[in-house]
Amino acid sequence: MEFVTQHPVLVVSLIKIAVLLFIVMTALAYLTWFERKVVARIQSRWGPYYVGAHGLLQPLADGVKFLFKEDYTPPEADKFAYVLAPFLALSLALTAIALIPFGPPSVRLLGQSVFIVSNLDIGLLFLFAISSIGVYGVALAGWSSNSKYPLMGGIRSSAQMISYEVSLTISVVGVLLIAGTLNFNEIIEGQTGYYLHFIPRWHVVPQIIGFLCYITAAIAETNRIPFDLPEAETELVAGFHTEYSSFKFAMFFMAEYANMITVSCLATILFFGGWLSPFPDSWTWQLYLPGAGLVLLSVYTAYDTVANLRGIAQIQFAVVTLLALGIGVLCLIPAVAPVIQGPFWFTTKIILFLFFYVWTRGTLPRFRYDQLMSFGWKFLLPVSLANLVVTAFVLILPLLRHG
Amino acid sequence: MSIPFLLFFICAFISVLGAVLLILAREPIHSALSLILVMMSLAVLYLLLGAEFIAAVQIIVYAGAIMVLFVFVIMLLNAGFEERTDWSKIAKVVGLPFSFFLLLAIAHFLSRSDIGRVVANGAGAPSNGAVSTRALSMALFQQYLFPFEATSILILVAILGAWILGRKDE
Repeated sequence: MEFVTQHPVLVVSLIKIAVLLFIVMTALAYLTWFERKVVARIQSRWGPYYVGAHGLLQPLADGVKFLFKEDYTPPEADKFAYVLAPFLALSLALTAIALIPFGPPSVRLLGQSVFIVSNLDIGLLFLFAISSIGVYGVALAGWSSNSKYPLMGGIRSSAQMISYEVSLTISVVGVLLIAGTLNFNEIIEGQTGYYLHFIPRWHVVPQIIGFLCYITAAIAETNRIPFDLPEAETELVAGFHTEYSSFKFAMFFMAEYANMITVSCLATILFFGGWLSPFPDSWTWQLYLPGAGLVLLSVYTAYDTVANLRGIAQIQFAVVTLLALGIGVLCLIPAVAPVIQGPFWFTTKIILFLFFYVWTRGTLPRFRYDQLMSFGWKFLLPVSLANLVVTAFVLILPLLRHG
Repeated sequence: MSIPFLLFFICAFISVLGAVLLILAREPIHSALSLILVMMSLAVLYLLLGAEFIAAVQIIVYAGAIMVLFVFVIMLLNAGFEERTDWSKIAKVVGLPFSFFLLLAIAHFLSRSDIGRVVANGAGAPSNGAVSTRALSMALFQQYLFPFEATSILILVAILGAWILGRKDE
């Protein structure tokens, strides 16, 4: 108890980390469900359906399956690097999420900000530092497996990540020039206000080219279609994780999804105003938007429960309905409504980005390797550089005139 | 014992350990990994000194870019085990005594300088004079603009050199 009173920041931070870890792990699991459902819709299928109502328990079943599978290590593998690689990939991916502010710093409990785990002055740089060493997970996995397909995947991924990291970093410098800070909260707070009284003053408006470069490079950085050459199954079996089984394989999978979430968070913070609402503060009805949305959802699920589902699925979906209704009503309480505004908008924007991710996966074919390289170096890099130069020039212009 | 003080010794130990492993490892990738360990722990040491920007750049540039390139080349060439050589004569006669002498010299000057005291007093718990990114860029782009630009030209020359060497003959 003495320790708690002596180090309040440390203890509260640990609690926040534990809660965040739980939320992120759940989100990762349901992101797989979300992706499979959306891709299934795109391909005119049903997707997971049988485990739980609408396949809602599928992530749980997958988790149990991964845990109980045999964890086979190839005898010729480099043991140390083989074990290190998935841990490195997952822990780095999860560390990055700790830097994300999920809501305004003004929401406080016991003097500590509720929605922000760590508010670093160099937040963005630190995030890039973490993501820049994330490549070792994939590269080491490829090398340590001591097999030719993973090796090819590992080599490809390191080359690809070096190439696209340059464009990724340069594409956000335009935003940094406008914001004048590396701190996530200050970047978000700098985006309050409106152009022409109705367009939110988000950085995506002046930095649309930077945003397009960012999202392209980000998809490549997270090894997703159309840039998933490190694991191109038609060429490399499964790429860098061919020799991995059981939970180590699941860790790579979780790392990939965690990286998707991080990249979406970063896009939201830098270009789409983070936890800011797109509507002006004077529209007070928006306070009840999250609650009303959840209640509407519960009405739909209630209809679905009664009309379409049978047996145990009906009971499961009734529980989902009650949960949605309960949380929705809770969100409508006037004391709660303002508090959850920030996280609500942040999550909504992230979900839109994740949907975009899945959408590209469902629609685009994979690049050829030489196309990937020439696209990164000969198109993406010059465009993001030009964007940077033009932004810097426009920003310095008033200074030149008056100085 | 304060937490930064403890962290300093842990990271100092890890960086020395990484440096030793770098030399002892026979597998090139293991050497590269040890070097990454050294760089990461150095970054933490920078953080302890309050140099956040330098710490982040240390990780991004060294661990994130240069070492990835190292690992990439090692993987591409599929470099095998390193051969162990017996100590060469020069290393035996000159190298060993000199490195010992160098170590003594460093220890001597450290013991007389302020650094020892600073470390003992709880190694730079991020001081008030923490180097902000703004101050650093002001110094780089105003006070030291010429050396900065000269360095960038130097790097450009190196890139051009690599391009000429790598170019196919017409």
